[in-house]
Amino acid sequence: MPETLIFYALSGFAIGASAMVIGQRNPMYSVMMLIASFGALAGLYVQLDAPFVAVAQIIIYAGAIMVLFLFVVMLLNAPKEDGSEWDRSHPLRQPAVVRLGGLLASLLVVQLGWALLSARGLGGGVAAFGDAETVSSVRVLGRVLFSEYVFAFEATSILILVAMVGAVVLARREGEGS
Amino acid sequence: MMDTPFNAVVPMLCVVFAALAVMMAEAFRGRDEQMALGGLGIVGLVGAAVSSMLLWNRNASSFGVIVADNFGLFVTMTLVIVGVLTIMFSSVVVRRDGLPAGEYYALVLFAVVGMIMMATANDLLVIFIALEILSLAVYVLTGIRRDDPRATEAAFKYFLLGAFSSAFFLYGIAFTYGVSGSTRLDRIGAFLAAQSMSDSPLILVAIGMLLVGFAFKISAVPFHMWTPDAYEGAPAVVTGFMSTGVKAAAFAAFTRVFLSAFEPFSVDWAPMIWILAVATMILGTVVGVAQTNVKRMLAYSSIAHGGYLLVGLIAANDVGKAAILFYLLAYAVTNVAAFGVIALLGTRDAANDELRDFSGLWHGRPALAALMTVCLLSLGGLPPTAGFIGKWYIFSAAVSAGYYGLAIIGVLTSVVSVFFYLRVVVMMYMEERDPGLAAPAHVGGVGMVALVASIVVIFYLGVLPTRVLDLAAESISTIF
Amino acid sequence: MIPLSHYLIVSAILFGIGTTGVLVRRNLITILLSIEIMLNAVNLTFIAFGRQLGSVDGQIIVFFVMTVAAAEAAVGLAIVIGLFRHRESLNPDAFASLKW
Repeated sequence: MPETLIFYALSGFAIGASAMVIGQRNPMYSVMMLIASFGALAGLYVQLDAPFVAVAQIIIYAGAIMVLFLFVVMLLNAPKEDGSEWDRSHPLRQPAVVRLGGLLASLLVVQLGWALLSARGLGGGVAAFGDAETVSSVRVLGRVLFSEYVFAFEATSILILVAMVGAVVLARREGEGS
Repeated sequence: MMDTPFNAVVPMLCVVFAALAVMMAEAFRGRDEQMALGGLGIVGLVGAAVSSMLLWNRNASSFGVIVADNFGLFVTMTLVIVGVLTIMFSSVVVRRDGLPAGEYYALVLFAVVGMIMMATANDLLVIFIALEILSLAVYVLTGIRRDDPRATEAAFKYFLLGAFSSAFFLYGIAFTYGVSGSTRLDRIGAFLAAQSMSDSPLILVAIGMLLVGFAFKISAVPFHMWTPDAYEGAPAVVTGFMSTGVKAAAFAAFTRVFLSAFEPFSVDWAPMIWILAVATMILGTVVGVAQTNVKRMLAYSSIAHGGYLLVGLIAANDVGKAAILFYLLAYAVTNVAAFGVIALLGTRDAANDELRDFSGLWHGRPALAALMTVCLLSLGGLPPTAGFIGKWYIFSAAVSAGYYGLAIIGVLTSVVSVFFYLRVVVMMYMEERDPGLAAPAHVGGVGMVALVASIVVIFYLGVLPTRVLDLAAESISTIF
Repeated sequence: MIPLSHYLIVSAILFGIGTTGVLVRRNLITILLSIEIMLNAVNLTFIAFGRQLGSVDGQIIVFFVMTVAAAEAAVGLAIVIGLFRHRESLNPDAFASLKW
């Protein structure tokens, strides 16, 4: 069963790398680990007949977003936890909040586990459903994207414009422009 | 509907074009040239209002994901009012504080676009994108005073918890999509109507996740912890904008998603919202009493008001649904005006938002003190203001739906909340002005016009509410 | 054949890791990275469900999520830079090697 083996290898790798992202003290290594995790996820996407998303995952996430993170980490020159610590009244670090968050998280896990166990139709191979050709076809994907999802596509352009204006406003040097 | 397929997005487009025009005007502005950029924005917003009126009763829909039904249009009008008032107050503040005018107005307008999109969207994915548009714009507006460390820190807190809650919201969308096979609300509703809980336990997970996401945005307890800090750190005029616009848009989407798509499962989600509503009303009021900063106090007050709105959502009978819309409008106008007064009292270097800064305001600036009094009385729910009518209908809806407990808690917390609103009023009239304090800033022109206009609306809604209530009832009946 | 529930469990674990990261870590960058992990967990859920349903909708939604993640990262990092700028002005020794 090479397919099953690959699945377990990839998901184990993704989970391990993600755990190391939050287990690191050095954000530089965290970013690197996250890139590794994204690579493993891309492998899972290929297994799920989504090769185009897998490629986009590598190019956009690993290639662009993570480079942005790396750039900021280096710009701020803050490799160590203490350097970039932000503890002054961290809204999530008050004991009551942490306890409540823990309670909610465990509730969520219980609920999710119960739902997954009792839901029907989740067994059986995923790939048994539908037609692999259709699902992995970039042609179909493009058609649906520009017909059913055309409004969401246009709305995204506004989102990016807002992000651009916002990032420029916030990160611009003091006293420039205006 | 045989109209052009674009008509439902026209209100949104008006505001988008206004925002783009503001950006272009800013780009071609000379170095020291003064431009009425806010005026451009108001033109766009008025265009949105006019097109909403033209779309009234026509149930237009575009692209299958944007529906300009009367419910969406009513909220759109509310958002336009919020936007216009915010821009009018901002015109004073932007010049005084030296904020980057072009970017500021463009972000306000883009946020309004996101809000309108959220209120009229009929698709979970579009609601998510709209939520992100308005959130990103508001995060930036929160931190727009880059010389103020408090503002930047508030922006980060708001951003962090906002992004965190968006992830939960998205996870909820994923489960909804997985179970029902679609993100369109009408299809989800049709699918769920034929389901029972045992068929799809994942739907309960989806409801829980979506609820967490919405609860963060409307700052319901226990997902409110970002609210006081973000509201205090942001410039007062931005606080007014986000405490009303964001809340109105999020509530519109909340109502639409839960009362249309998830209606078949209301037995399961109503108790969850019941708990949220009670916790929100009580905590918002009790902690609000202890505040000495007026902005922070109003932040807790706005949390409590979110709780009253949740009561309307639980008591989802005909009165309750119309009451939600009326309450949103009344609350939005009142709160924008109250924060407007705070914004106008501040100076570039001092926010002047502590309780003692209001002492003896009546002797220095009687007009401002009187206007602030009306806003506070309306927030407290005293007649003859808009807030009274809103609360009256919310609570009577709860009673007629059999939720006596909720109505009693609501009335009790309202009574307690009157205490902290009146404390400010007492400060303004009874106390002598602390000689150590600087004289309150002089307010004139556009800011005063906006204040007087909102007071007129508050009294109009308080004295002659029938017409607006009828409109609200008419608009809510179109979708549910 | 790998059942859908396996993919859902993997994504739930990833989501949990991300949530833990946001709640536990204090480093600004790591917190932002944790949010990225959460969004990626959701992406895996979308694609797995989409495959199960035999439709491309799940994949398309993932593209939108990627765009949103990029936009969020841009604004979030800009705010982080702003925070650091204030800290720098408070304690100039801390970032002596930085030139703005």
